[in-house]
Amino acid sequence: MLVMKDISKVYRTDTVETHALRQFSLTVDEGEFVSVMGPSGSGKTTFLNIAGLLEECSGGSYELDGRDVSGLSDNERSRLRNEKIGFIFQSFNLIPELDVFDNVDVPLRYRGFDSKERAKRIDGVLEIVGLGSRRRHLPSQLSGGQQQRAAIARALAGEPRFLLADEPTGNLDSQMADSVMDLLQTINEQGTTIIMVTHEAALASRARRNIHVRDGQLSDGEPELHVAAQLA
Amino acid sequence: MFRYYLKLGLFSIRKNPVLSALMVAAIAVGIGAYMTIVNIDYVMGGNPIPQRSDVLFHVQVDNWSPNEAYEEPDKPPEQITYLDGTALLAAGKARRQVLSYKTGRVVEPQGEGERPFQVVSRATSADFFAMFDTPFVYGGGWDKAADDNEEYVVVINRETNERVFGGEDSTGRTIVMNGQPWRVAGVMDTWDPIPKFYDLNNGSFETPEEVFFPLSVAIANELGSWGNNSCWKPSEGGWEGYLQSECIWLQFWVELHGAGEKQEYLSFLDAYVESQKALGRFPRPMNNRLYNVMEWMQDREVVEDDVGVLLGLAALFLVVCLLNTIGLLLAKVARRSDDISLRRALGASRSAIFAQYIIEAGMIGVAGGVLGVGMTWLGLQGIELLYGEFDFIARLIEMDWTVIIAAVVLAVIAALAAALYPTWRACAIQPASELKAL
Repeated sequence: MLVMKDISKVYRTDTVETHALRQFSLTVDEGEFVSVMGPSGSGKTTFLNIAGLLEECSGGSYELDGRDVSGLSDNERSRLRNEKIGFIFQSFNLIPELDVFDNVDVPLRYRGFDSKERAKRIDGVLEIVGLGSRRRHLPSQLSGGQQQRAAIARALAGEPRFLLADEPTGNLDSQMADSVMDLLQTINEQGTTIIMVTHEAALASRARRNIHVRDGQLSDGEPELHVAAQLA
Repeated sequence: MFRYYLKLGLFSIRKNPVLSALMVAAIAVGIGAYMTIVNIDYVMGGNPIPQRSDVLFHVQVDNWSPNEAYEEPDKPPEQITYLDGTALLAAGKARRQVLSYKTGRVVEPQGEGERPFQVVSRATSADFFAMFDTPFVYGGGWDKAADDNEEYVVVINRETNERVFGGEDSTGRTIVMNGQPWRVAGVMDTWDPIPKFYDLNNGSFETPEEVFFPLSVAIANELGSWGNNSCWKPSEGGWEGYLQSECIWLQFWVELHGAGEKQEYLSFLDAYVESQKALGRFPRPMNNRLYNVMEWMQDREVVEDDVGVLLGLAALFLVVCLLNTIGLLLAKVARRSDDISLRRALGASRSAIFAQYIIEAGMIGVAGGVLGVGMTWLGLQGIELLYGEFDFIARLIEMDWTVIIAAVVLAVIAALAAALYPTWRACAIQPASELKAL
């Protein structure tokens, strides 16, 4: 499903060279719910950016859904992102002037679906996330939890193989956070692979597997197993 | 997707009303200034008779002084003598030919209490109306027999007919001018060639004459020219002497179809001038010219060089306005980099972002163009305010649909051109660059 081998990522300026990821290898199987933990600056964001095809790696190989994505053109990466990956952001990243329906519509527009298909999918995912009655509300008219649900609906509408979530509950109170986590678990149980970055061990424990990133690497030789064992 | 991008463009314009208004204003001001001058250039340089301009030729023969050219560099006189005009007219070597000059008469309405009024007139041979395709409300011109028999026939314009006959069909009725009765042959409909190509001597943008009558009658009545008159040696012997002099004061046009006819006519002119040289006239080297309507207006520099300079300055001003627009668009892109980044993350390709922003720029361009048309109108009103004392200005500031459409199209093209660099910058924004926490 998702196979990264010896991935490295180096950011260069005139004077500084920063190794954000080094010799980073990870395999995520279909249907997994993986949490990624690690201190700030450890490379979690870089990992998610590369996994989500938002950035290219400097070295190593990356296969997504059986396809080697290194060397793909910008257009091909955009198309793959649109078809196979859904993003959930900590700060929701809804477009403020568009209502819930139109926000969820954004990735579907770029997918090229006709209006009937788009409306069917949008209505379907809004029902799943419990926002069926809020479809014409602007983001500013929703609570934080509702906004994150709208963002999840947007991520789900294209029926992606992967959901990449970065601190999806970071801006929510505990009650809302729980309800969002419940929703993610339900989505995962229905077959969508989820990779979630979080700082909170309690939330990480709701994933089926936990990995730990430190200094741009998994924290030891088989860290995911190690961390999973610890949490278990 | 086009409608979707239009919707996004509207959202964006509403979200950044001040920036958007500034962009529209910058384009509108630039377009307004440029199109004001373009309009004047367009009206001045327009083809006054597009359907016939290629077959109508202005005739010039060089009877001028042996000591100096009529006009440098070695140009023949712009008008013709009565002697040559009547000789060429009588030769009848072209399909049609017209000899005419500007003069004036006083109309004396026969109604009680109505006061006489002066009319600018044209004494002309019969082909004038057919050659220049003049429209008629009633009747028509006169025939060659009327010229030959010095008949008192007249064509009056619509306004004169309104004034004297209350707008009725006056053909066959009598109009009195300077105490003489004239039979109305026709009433000319509104005819307003801009520039007044057939006689550029008293201002290229004068309105046509109000009354037309046979040249032969005008000569018999010794009606002097109200136009320009130039002589390189004195005319002696009264009216008859003036007719035989080397003074130039008439305009001569011929109708020729195709290069062959033109060449034949030039050969005829050469032979004519040779025959005159044998009589001791035409002391200068052979210098005959046949210009069609547009060539003639170019030769007479109907569109003055000043307009070209103004046009250049206005274009520069438009460029400055567009540079401002580029700056404003860059600011807008910078403010919306998070939106672009998000859309890229959600699957928008670079071309999709390009299309979104270029369509938005097009919308700004349309708005700028529409406002620019208003600015152009204001600019033209300003010119009228400054130079309104000259009658021809009113004719130069007329705006037609061509100019209006051109203003909007130019504004859209300008806005799209201005948007290219900012849009390219927008496309270059990386999907991950502006997304918080991912």
